This record gives sequence, structure tokens and C-alpha cells, in this order.
Amino acid sequence: MSPKTLYDKIWDAHVADESADGTCLLYIDRHLVHEVTSPQAFEGLRMSGRSVRAPDKTIAVPDHNVPTTLDRANAETMTEDSRIQVEALDTNAKEFGIHYYPVSDVRQGIVHIVGPEQGWTLPGMTVVCGDSHTATHGAFGALAHGIGTSEVEHVLATQTLIQKKSKNFKVEITGKLNPGVTAKDITMHIIGETGTAGGTGYVIEYCGEAIRDLSMEGRMTVCNMAIEGGARAGLIAPDEKTFAYCKGRPNAPTGAEWDKAQAWWETLFSDGDAHWDLELTIKAEDIAPSVTWGTSPEDVLPITALVPAPESFKGGKVDAAARSIEYMGLTAGQKLTDIEIDTVFIGSCTNGRIEDLRAAAAILKGKKVKDGMRAMVVPGSGLVRAQAEEEGLADIFKDAGFEWRMAGCSMCLAMNPDQLAEGERCASTSNRNFEGRQGYKGRTHLVSPGMAAAAAITGHLTDVRELM
Amino acid sequence: MEKFDKLSGIAAPMPLVNIDTDMIIPKVFLKTIKRSGLGVNLFDEMRFDREGNEIADFVLNKPAYREASVLVAGDNFGCGSSREHAPWAIADFGIRCVISTSFADIFYNNCFKNGILPIILPEDQRDALMKDAEKGANARIEVDLEAQTVTSSDGEVYAFEVDSFKKHCLMNGLDDIGLTMEKAAAIDTFEAQASADRPWV
Repeated sequence: MSPKTLYDKIWDAHVADESADGTCLLYIDRHLVHEVTSPQAFEGLRMSGRSVRAPDKTIAVPDHNVPTTLDRANAETMTEDSRIQVEALDTNAKEFGIHYYPVSDVRQGIVHIVGPEQGWTLPGMTVVCGDSHTATHGAFGALAHGIGTSEVEHVLATQTLIQKKSKNFKVEITGKLNPGVTAKDITMHIIGETGTAGGTGYVIEYCGEAIRDLSMEGRMTVCNMAIEGGARAGLIAPDEKTFAYCKGRPNAPTGAEWDKAQAWWETLFSDGDAHWDLELTIKAEDIAPSVTWGTSPEDVLPITALVPAPESFKGGKVDAAARSIEYMGLTAGQKLTDIEIDTVFIGSCTNGRIEDLRAAAAILKGKKVKDGMRAMVVPGSGLVRAQAEEEGLADIFKDAGFEWRMAGCSMCLAMNPDQLAEGERCASTSNRNFEGRQGYKGRTHLVSPGMAAAAAITGHLTDVRELM
Repeated sequence: MEKFDKLSGIAAPMPLVNIDTDMIIPKVFLKTIKRSGLGVNLFDEMRFDREGNEIADFVLNKPAYREASVLVAGDNFGCGSSREHAPWAIADFGIRCVISTSFADIFYNNCFKNGILPIILPEDQRDALMKDAEKGANARIEVDLEAQTVTSSDGEVYAFEVDSFKKHCLMNGLDDIGLTMEKAAAIDTFEAQASADRPWV
């Protein structure tokens, strides 16, 4: 048998049909659904008289629109159009008989946090969702990627996707991370190296000692931002940590079925002599606590650096960098640590898991946020929230002056009431620093949870290592 | 889906790199449960000020480009989210073809589901078409999907590659769910075997 990558193995196990030109029908094991990108797909099913082919493999949860305030049970906290979208999901979930976690359920949260938490996401699966950050689930060695609404409808109706295979891209992080450097810094550093289009046409497999050393939470953070590097998906081979995370989850197999599953999962790794179309090796020790200065996730630098000059770039990036610096209200040559912050957001499918809250709380313990700072923590799910309360993290955040919120996408994309006002500047643990992403004319600096906590204390972008 | 075979139209130049889906259609317009009517919100934050007045120097607000049906764009067009609202807004505005050196994967696929042809050309050819587009309304670009060519206003012809299945669907305006459902037997067979091999799924 010819050697295969992990991606090759998962792909081959899911091809239901292949045409002469290489176009395949890829079978989908898990279809995650949220309220923003699904209403038109369900409506399409209704119009054409089609049903959901595999409701048992379809899981829905509202997350993008839902308010994160404690009083959110009162629907008046939602705008009319948000409420209509959430209600449409309620109705569609009932009508088509799919698994559903409504806002009132403690298990509700961001779809990419709920999926793994409930054991829906398992190694070797194909997972799709009408959301680009579906890449998150690749941390389990599942082939997971975002799709558009037409494809959501296609999966609902047929449980397959029409796909052509991507190329294989190996990203190896060798050695050990330095203190203060996290999974978020790894994934941002990689995008800084490849650019936001560097992964286009590829599925990335992350490997190497620094990746193996990460917890499942950290691996999810790394894979989450594969899409920001342009890749269709990010993958990490499953190992003992993966199995330990999955075991005992509500929808994970048990008994003999678990043994059978694990036996297969243990074959899911890239063969030593597998072919890679592209390879990148980064030394873990070269990765610093990182921050974005511009309006693309590729605009990333170590916190110790200076805002770059547009002329230091090439081609179309010269104008783009000038535009970013103007939008961000910065000056070339300015120290990144001199950038003053008025808002801190900790949460999102990138950094809204328990480990992220622990990392931020470790920096905040016994400290206060800077006067006038608006700081909020939005746990990725109701269960993360409950665990953080049990561990005493919630009290640390509240004592420090953070708002302790309910679960949802929150300020990562500002489709709900959590938004930046014009000109406000946020240190954010989310994934996109696009113009207007967190609110019209809002300014976003992407950072790790520890870095966000540090900025909340000092009032400016800060090297977290100084507060450790 | 609307068919695409040939197109002759005005091309608007948008040389900015990394034009993302939040620029194409800001999130406030994602709160719709319909696919239609998003053209008025296309590039909203670049096109209009907070009071809803047009920003005069934005390309699609210039008299020459108000009727544009082609965009010639900077690298990595459509990066960011999976929102199909982006191609819905582009198509609803009347743009049926986007030309760049590269597209984000999900956006690229979404275009084909909505009667939009995304064309990938090498940088020098895209740059030449960008210059052509900058000439304004008299510079009409011709796109021929069957022949897989783009012709500039001065008659320069550029060939492009496109996946044969995607081309077939676009040229015939095919509903790919219908096509896949014709293969239901293959899906049934696969599903039966997979649930025997991997019963935990």
C-alpha cells in the first residue's frame, strides 16, 4: 500500500462516489448547524420537498446572535432580526428532528466548543458546518471545514459534499515553547509566515513536539485559525490525549464499540514516507507572544516589535498596510507595547475554553483592570462557564473588574449586542482583525488569553512575560 | 441557478489585497433569512458613510462603474468567513465575474453555487486587466466560459482554467443537489458499509 498522510486516510474512508474527473462525493459524519447560515438552507429543503437525510448526525445550536448578558432569557435583549433567526433555528430543529441545544440549555455555546464537548466530534470523522472556524475540530484528527449555505443544504439533503481533494501541507513545530508562549501564538506565528493565502488549496497537518505537547484545548486553538491561513482544514493526529478527552463524553462510544473505535483511531497518522506537497518547519523557541497590528491575521508580530512601515512590504501589500495602519490609528515605528487599549475581550471559538480562562485568570489573580477599561469574559459554552465557576476562575475575573458573561460568539463578530463603538480599540482573543469585524470602525488586536489579561491590567498592549 | 456562458461588461478595478467577506457584506446584513436583496449592502462600509450617503471615491460609486458586471481584484479575494451572503450580495448587485490571482477556498466554491464565475489568472495578466479596467466605462471585458477566455478591451485574450464539473454546472445552471440525489444508491451503499465499519458514527 502506498504511504498516506492523515488527510489521505480520512479522505479515502469517506469517498462515497468518484467521477472520472476526480470529483468526489464525500460522506459527512457530523453536520453542525447555527442560526446565521442555515435558514436559507432549511427553506430550500422545504421549497423542494426534501428532508434531512441524517438528522441523527445533524446538531444545531444558536451562537452568533445570542446576547451574552445574564438577563438574556428576556428575548427583548435581542434585536428583531436576531430573534427571528434564532426562532427560525428553533423551528427548523423541531420540524426536521435534529439534535438541538437551545439558548436555555446549559450545554448551549459556540458550536465549535459544543461539538467536541458533547463528544459529537471524534477522530477520523468528517465534520462540516456553515462556519469557517469549523477547522477547530481538526484538533481531533477529524477532517473539518466550513461550507456555504448552498452546501449546508446539500449536506442536509444528501449527507455528502461534492469535493475535490486538496493538497497536503505539513507544518512542523519542533522543540518546546518558551514560557508565556501559547497555542494562539503558534497559530498566529504560522499565519505570519505563510500569509492569509499561503494555505489556499491545502489541508494543513500540524505536527512536531510543540504540537504534541499541547492540550486538546490548545490544539483546537491552533486548528481554529487554519482558515485564517487560507487552508481548507487543519489536522492534528489523534493520540492518547485525544482519546482521554473523548472518553466518557455524552455522544462518544462506550464498551466494545469504544475499543473498536480506538483501534481505528490509532491508525490515523501520516505514514513516515508519505508525500507532502508543501512543508514548513518552525522552531518553537522562535515563537514569541504575538499580536496583530493591522487588519489581516497575517499582520502579526512579536509583542516586542514596532508597527512596520508600509514601504517594508511588497506589491499590493504596500497599499494594504498603509490602509491598515490608518484604519488602526497607528504610526509606523511605534512600539506595539505603546498602543493603548480601552476594551478587552476574552472568549470565542479560538480561546473560549477552560484552559484559556485559566491562563487569563492566572495573570489576573489579585489584580485589577485599568480604570475605565471595559473587559469581558465570555465562556465558550454553558459548561465551560459552570466549570470556571467551580474552579473559582469566575471570582478572579469579577474581582479584577471583568464582566462575567453567558456563552456565545459575543464580540468575536459583533452580530449580537457585544460590539466595539467607532474608534474603540480591543485586545481580543478572537480570530479576525478585519475592518469592522468587532463593530463599525472598531480596532482589533488579536492576542492570546494571557496577553489579553495583561493588557486589561496595564491599559496597553503588554508582554505577558512581564506579569508572570 | 442562473446560467453563465458569455459575459460582456464593464470591469471595476479593486486592487486592494485580501478583500475579506466582512468588507463584501458586513455582519449586520447577515441577519436575514432570505438570499435576495443584498446587492444594496454590497461593500457597505466602503460604499456608504454612517448616514447612508455614498462615498464618492469608492469605485462602484463612480459613474463609470455603477453598471459594472465584472470585478478585477487584488490577491486573495473573499478571504474570511463562509457566509454565502457575500456571493449573494455580489450577484444581486449585478456582478457575475470576479478576476484575481487567488480566492479563498470557501468563497470560491460559493460563487459557483450562485451563477458567479471566479477567474484565477497569473499576476501579470490580472495586472493588465486591472489597467484595462481603470480606463472606465468604455473598457468592456469579454468573458467566454465555454472557451475559457477573458478578452480585454484592446483585444488581448487570456486563457483560464476551471474545474470541468463546476464549469458544466455553471454553464447549464444545474442544481447540484439534484445531481447528487441521482447517486443516492451509491450513498446508500457507502452509508451501510460505513455504519458496519464504524458503528459509533
